[in-house]
Parts: sequence; C-alpha cells; structure tokens
Amino acid sequence: MSQVSTSPSMATLGAASKPERRDIGLRGRYAAERRFRLFGMAAIAFGLLFLFLLLFTVVSKGYTAFQQSMITIPVEFSEQIIDKNNERATNPQKLVSANYPVVARNALAKVLGVSEDDRAGLKAVNGMISDSVRVQLRDLVTANPSIIGTTQTVTFLAHGDLDSAFKGQIDLSVAENNRKISDKQVGWMNTLAESGALSKHFNTGLFVNGASSRPEAAGLGVAVVGSLYMMLIVLVLSLPIGVAASIYLEEFAPKNRFTDLIEVNINNLAAVPSIVYGLLGLAVFINFAGFPRSAALVGGLVLTLMTLPTIIIATRAALKAVPPSIRSAALGLGASKMQTVFHHVLPLAMPGILTGTIIGLAHALGETAPLLLIGMVAFVADVPGTPLDPATALPVQIYMWANEAERAFVERTSGAIMVLLIFLILMNVGAILLRRRFERRW
Amino acid sequence: MSISLLLLIVAVIGVAGYLIGSWRANALAGGKLSNLHSRPGYYGSFVAIWSILPAVVVLFVWVIASPIYISSTVRAGFPEEVKAEPQATQNLNYNMISAIARGFKVLTAEEREALFKDGATARDVLASKGVPVAAEPAPYMLKSADDLNRMTTTSSTWLSILVVIVAAVGAFFSYRSIAPKFRARNRVEGMMLVGLIAASSIAILTTVGIVASMATEAIHFFNMVPAWEFFFGTTWDPRFAAAGATASAGQFGLIPLLAGTLYIGFVAMLVAVPVGLFAAIYMSEYASRHVRSVAKPLLEVLAGIPTIVYGFFALVTVGPFLRDISAQLNGLVTGNYSNFIQAQSVLTAGFVMGIMLIPYVSSLSDDIITAVPRALRDGSLGLGATRSETIKRVILPAALPGIVGALLMTASRAVGETMIVVLAAGVAARMQLNPFEPMTTVTVKIVNQLTGDLEFTSPQTLVAFALGITLFVITLCLNIYALYIVRKYREQYE
Repeated sequence: MSQVSTSPSMATLGAASKPERRDIGLRGRYAAERRFRLFGMAAIAFGLLFLFLLLFTVVSKGYTAFQQSMITIPVEFSEQIIDKNNERATNPQKLVSANYPVVARNALAKVLGVSEDDRAGLKAVNGMISDSVRVQLRDLVTANPSIIGTTQTVTFLAHGDLDSAFKGQIDLSVAENNRKISDKQVGWMNTLAESGALSKHFNTGLFVNGASSRPEAAGLGVAVVGSLYMMLIVLVLSLPIGVAASIYLEEFAPKNRFTDLIEVNINNLAAVPSIVYGLLGLAVFINFAGFPRSAALVGGLVLTLMTLPTIIIATRAALKAVPPSIRSAALGLGASKMQTVFHHVLPLAMPGILTGTIIGLAHALGETAPLLLIGMVAFVADVPGTPLDPATALPVQIYMWANEAERAFVERTSGAIMVLLIFLILMNVGAILLRRRFERRW
Repeated sequence: MSISLLLLIVAVIGVAGYLIGSWRANALAGGKLSNLHSRPGYYGSFVAIWSILPAVVVLFVWVIASPIYISSTVRAGFPEEVKAEPQATQNLNYNMISAIARGFKVLTAEEREALFKDGATARDVLASKGVPVAAEPAPYMLKSADDLNRMTTTSSTWLSILVVIVAAVGAFFSYRSIAPKFRARNRVEGMMLVGLIAASSIAILTTVGIVASMATEAIHFFNMVPAWEFFFGTTWDPRFAAAGATASAGQFGLIPLLAGTLYIGFVAMLVAVPVGLFAAIYMSEYASRHVRSVAKPLLEVLAGIPTIVYGFFALVTVGPFLRDISAQLNGLVTGNYSNFIQAQSVLTAGFVMGIMLIPYVSSLSDDIITAVPRALRDGSLGLGATRSETIKRVILPAALPGIVGALLMTASRAVGETMIVVLAAGVAARMQLNPFEPMTTVTVKIVNQLTGDLEFTSPQTLVAFALGITLFVITLCLNIYALYIVRKYREQYE
C-alpha cells in the first residue's frame, strides 16, 4: 500500500526532471484531491457539529430542571380559614375542601408585609405560590388535624413563573405588562431570596410526581414506571421468542420456501415504520382483544413486536460467529443437534445476543410514535400499580410537554430528555462493556 | 378459582412431574446410567411437558370459548321482543346485564331475593353498592344476570376440575411410559423443535396481523369513502367537527399528504445523502484508524438518539432559528423585518430529519465501500490515479448498486418517520412548492386522526388505517427493491 501511495510523489519527481512534456495537470488534480478530502472532513464535522448542538441545546435548556425553587416560611393554620364553624368532628369533608391556598397566601403576605386589605397585593402574592400547595397543606392537615390553630414551618413549591424568574430565565428588561412576573413580585423575590426563605432545592418532584398542568408540580414518575413496565414486558417476551426463532432459522431450518419467507419477512419487519406497529396494536390488542387503552401491557406488546426483528437479526449474527468447529466437536462426541446448540453454541453466542437485546431495548425505550396511537398520550396523575393501569412512557411524556405552551415546560421537557438520554447511555455503555468483557474472537 | 392460581397449580404439577420422572429413571437405571437411553433429566422433562402443555392448551381454549358460549346462551334467553331489536341494542342490553351481574356479586343472597320480588329499585340498590347501571333494568335482565353469574361460576368450577385432571392424566401416562429403552431425549427434542418453529412463525404472524388488521379497517373506510376519492383526491378536509353528521362526510384526499411526505423526505435526503456519503468515503478511504475509531461511533450516536429528541430540537432550536434569521435577512434586503420562513416548515422538518439520517447513509455506504475488493483500488492507484480519482471513477461505480440500495432504505425511513414531522412540519394539508411553508405528511395525519376521541366507526378515524396501509406498502416496496439490489450486488464479488 505504501508503495502505491507514494507513486504520485515519484511522478512529481519525474515531472521536475523533465518539464513541459510530462505536465499532466498534476497541480489541478492534487487540488481536486485536497478539495475532495476537505469535503469528507467537512461532512464528518457537520455531523458531529449537529450532534454537539443537539446535546448542547438539551443540556443548556434542561439542566435547570433538576432544581426547583421552594419557599420556606412559617404558615399559620388559621382555624378561621380552615374550619370557621368548628365542623370537622361531624363533617370530615370540611378539612378536605377547606381553602388552603388562602392559608399559604396569607402566610406569605405576612412575611412580605402585605396588608390583608390590599387586594391587588394579595393577588400578586398568590401568583408566587404554586397551586399544588392546596394538596400539600390538605395532606398535612388531614394527617394531623391537631396542627390547626398552630404555626408550622412549611416548605412548598414556588409558582412556575417565579421559578423561571428566580433561575434568571425571564428577561426582566421586557416591559412589565409583557412578562409573566411583575416588578413588585421581582422585588419580593429578591427579598425572600436574601432572607433565605426562597431557595433552590434538588427537584425530587421531577422523578416522583405524575402529570400536572402546572409545570412546577409536573413530574416523570408515572412515565418512568410505565417505561419500566414496558421494558420488562419487552425483555421477558422478546428475548426468549427472538432467541428461539433465531436458533431455528440459523441452526435447524432447511432451505425451503417457508424459511425463505420467514427471512424476507424479518428483514422487512425491521424496516416497517414504527407507527405501523402502533396501528397494529390499536387494531389487534385494543379493538379486537379488548385490552384497556393507555395500558403499559399493550405498549409492551407493541414494542415487543417492534423489537423482535432487531433481536432476531442480532442473535443470528451472534450464532453465525460461533465457529463450525465447535459444533463439529460436540456432534463428534455424540451430542445431539439440540444438545450441541443449547450446551455449546448458545452459551458462546450469549454475549452477542445480550448486546443485541440491550440495543433493541434501548431502541424500544426511545420509541414514541406507536405509543401515541394506543392511547398513551394521557393525563395520568397516579403511579400505575399494575401493567393494566393507565400509564405514560418517557418519550410520550416528552412529547406531551413539548406541546405545552408555558415557558417553564421547555425546561422540564429538556430535563426529561436528559433523563431519557441518561437511561439510553447507561444501556448502551452496558452493551459495550458486555461486548468488551465477554466477546471472543476465533 | 382464578386463572393465575390454576396456572400455579399446573406449574406445581409440572415441577413434581419433573422430579418424579427423573427419580423414576434413576431408579430404573439401577445405579448404572448407561442402562438408560437418555439422561434422567430428559425423562423428567418429558413428564413435565406432558403435564403442563395439554393443561395449558385446555385452559387457553376454555378461557377464550367460554365467554362466547355464555354470551350466546344468555342472549338466547332474551324475550322475543328484545331479540327482534337491532344487534347494537342487544349489545347494549348485554353490557347492562354484565354490569348487573357484577353488582349481584357484591349483594348478599337476601338482598338479591328482595330485588327479584321488587325489581323497580334494582338500580338504586346497585348504585348504593358502587355499581352504576345505565338505566332501570327490565325484569328479564335481572334473571339473565343471575343466569350469567351462575354459568360463569359453573364454567370456572368445571375449568378448574378439567385442567387439574388433564394435568394429572398427562403426568400419569407420561410417567407410565418411562422405561430404560424409552427414547425420552428424542421426544423432548422433537417438542423443543416445534417450540422453535412456533417462535419463528411469530414473524409471519406479525406481518399477517399488520396486513389483515389494517386491510379490514381500511375496507370499512373504503365502504364509506370511495377508494378513488382517497387515492386521487387533492383535498384533505376530514371535518372533525361534523364527524357523525352524515350530510358532510369530509374529504379525504391522499395527494396533499403524499406530496408533503415526499417533499420533506426529499429535503431530508438532500441533507443526508451528500453529508453521509462524504463521511463514509472519508472514513473508509482517508481516515486513520484512530480517527475512524472515534468519528464512526460518534456519528452513530446520531442514530441512537430517539426521534422525539430531534423533534424537540427542531421545535425549539432549528425552527425559531430559521424563522429569526429569515426575518433578519429579509430586513437587510428589503427593510421589512418579517420572516419568510415559518418556524414549522418543510425546511425545518426536512433539515432535522436529514441530520437524523446521516448515520444511516454513512454506515450503510461505509460497509458497501469497504466491501469493494482491494484489487480494484490497487489497480487504479497503481496506474497513477489520485485517491479521489480512484474513488470517483472506480470505487463509486463499483459500489453504486449497493449505495442505491442503501439510499432507498434510508428513503423508506424518511417516509415512515413520525415524531420529527409531528412536531416540526405543521398540520396544514396543502400542496405547494415553497419549502419555507408548513406542509403535512401521512404519518402526522395518522397521529392526528387517532389521538382524538372519535368512535372507531367514523371515517375520520378509519382513514388512519387506509393511510397506514399506504405507508406500509410504500416502505415495503422500497425495502424489497433495496434488498433485491443489495443482494444482487453482493453476489458479484463473492
């Protein structure tokens, strides 16, 4: 090779000793060579640039989602507001339906020194508190009614707009009417921050909470659990079926029309658009078999069918890589065909099979389109207990948040993408390590 | 007895069968295993398979058949005037009866008796137990519900008995057949082979399922909307608001969607093909081993990123960027700072999709370029051609069929891509040639039509299946043709 590649330079030497007649446009040809090479480098650089831009966009928009502004202040659980007529002994509903947001608002107003008669001021104060405070205080009181009438220090979520402002995502140079947070509220925000009442905490809610129309209270809990169920179903179904199918096709199948048909089929199924699997799931599992909509079970089944071709193709490659001498040796020692495969070939192919499976699973984890069609675009607030309960999935949650108009959801969406990408990276790194650790080359 | 408990019992019988079978074989061998035809585990497995398999098959068949049988018996018991009503009403009645039957299960025997004497209060009584019933049930419904409950209980009892008996009988007879000469291994392996074949048939079943399910739904659709109006119609206007009203059925023209799909796919290929091909050429012909080992996996990361992430990238970064930069350009040239590129446009969706497709083009073509025999390359270089001349005049022509195949496969991905276009291409179905305006695609419309709350009987939702089968056929043709080309090409050098 080195001989060949130096031949042009030898040609140049020749051209130098005998000028004019040997001029075969070398200068132009070398320029073309350099241009061509440059195009190649530019193409790779272009691809990598956009990979970098994509990741940069997601991370720069999303890293703040892992923090959440919280307000910690003393809250007076005033009997006047919660239970004016002292009915709670006879009517337990009273404590559930009490006006808790006012409790929180008054507490914050007191800290900020806003008079209880200043209606506009109170409204502005209310705009700094997340609506989720209603549920939080209600749970506190119903769990322990004796705190009514006392003053407790409570940490609750700041409103999504305040959260954005506190993280510096709202441009304060915009005219006051055109932004979601007023100058007065910004002033209060700074006061609260200085006194330490307003601070950023790690956002556990992002990983625990279910769907919510309020960005500050929305989380990925349901989506993560839903995705987990689906991955389990995909793993449990597609690994054995995929391996069994590949063993048959690779080791046993005679060359005939039926096996040819299966082969062509599998190659085509691997290339069928994923949304078609969604239509299949909708028609077969939901309309025909009557499984519930939005259930992780149906999602898992659809993703299984989608992943099977990938796993089969990877498994067949792994089985093919086991040298025939292993088979001949086992057969020569009297093992049956089935024993040869299950005792010798399969264990040797296992690392390759598992690598392929993990990559297939990672693919399934990021798949969105088929899940949209089987009703997983749902507002699910409670973590599903079984795979038959309504659930969402990580990529579907990202899709739903990406469609939300509020500024604070952009941050959440990017955060959710980061979570998804981290899962994918972990799976792929796992696959690579597995391959490095166990792969044998014959 | 619940199904899961029944399955557990069968499993226990199976495990017991395995243990007893192996023990029996060991005993027969009399301390010398070579007396046996197979190793003891095979005898155990043989017993276990015969205990579990028939029982599970019986269970499966029963679970599917029994509700059908019960339903038809209950319906046969309807009064004549109810039977005369249309099928849909009868289905409603049956659903109500099932609800009442569920309600009966939470009532005590006395309460139920009271209901039969005084049927008028049934709805209130059931509602107080937390079982909502749509309307006040007719007297015959209470009786049918009672029948339904009785038959379900009977069915469940008989099922339990039958399954346990089948499992036990299977275990008994297979145990009886154990003898030193018995070819247990061959039997077990035969059954394993059947299992393997069944697993590989799932691939066929999936295809059959795809085609059959979509075809039946699409035929429903074509009964309502003529096929030629769908395939050659130039207006897409499904009229969601008027769904159900027969007078305004809406227009379902495929052409604008197909135009959008192909246009966006074309823009994507315009980005992906040059970049992907040059990247592949550089990596296979120029790059040092070190550069290649870094750049190739990094480019392939692009293929591993979920498409929803690309969609988000298009939605929040590329779209707004193109919109703002077009406004700036417009301002510089004409002084009028209004954008001429929409945030959701053919260009945005196509460009981002193109980035997604780069690794598909590059790794497929990389494989094909590397497969071109060394001798061709050496011959050309030896004649004094530069590397780029070798690539352009020798390698690419030799690899052309394979590369065309790879590009066809990539194109089929572009046609079937969903999430990027859902987020970045827009929903307006129109035919125009300006890449700066939004257009929509087949996949976007499938998602739009099916994420609503419409009944599955309206053409508004059924059209999604007609779109789906169109998409399936297009991608199938592209792929089969691509595979055909690639195969034919491979044979040349092998």
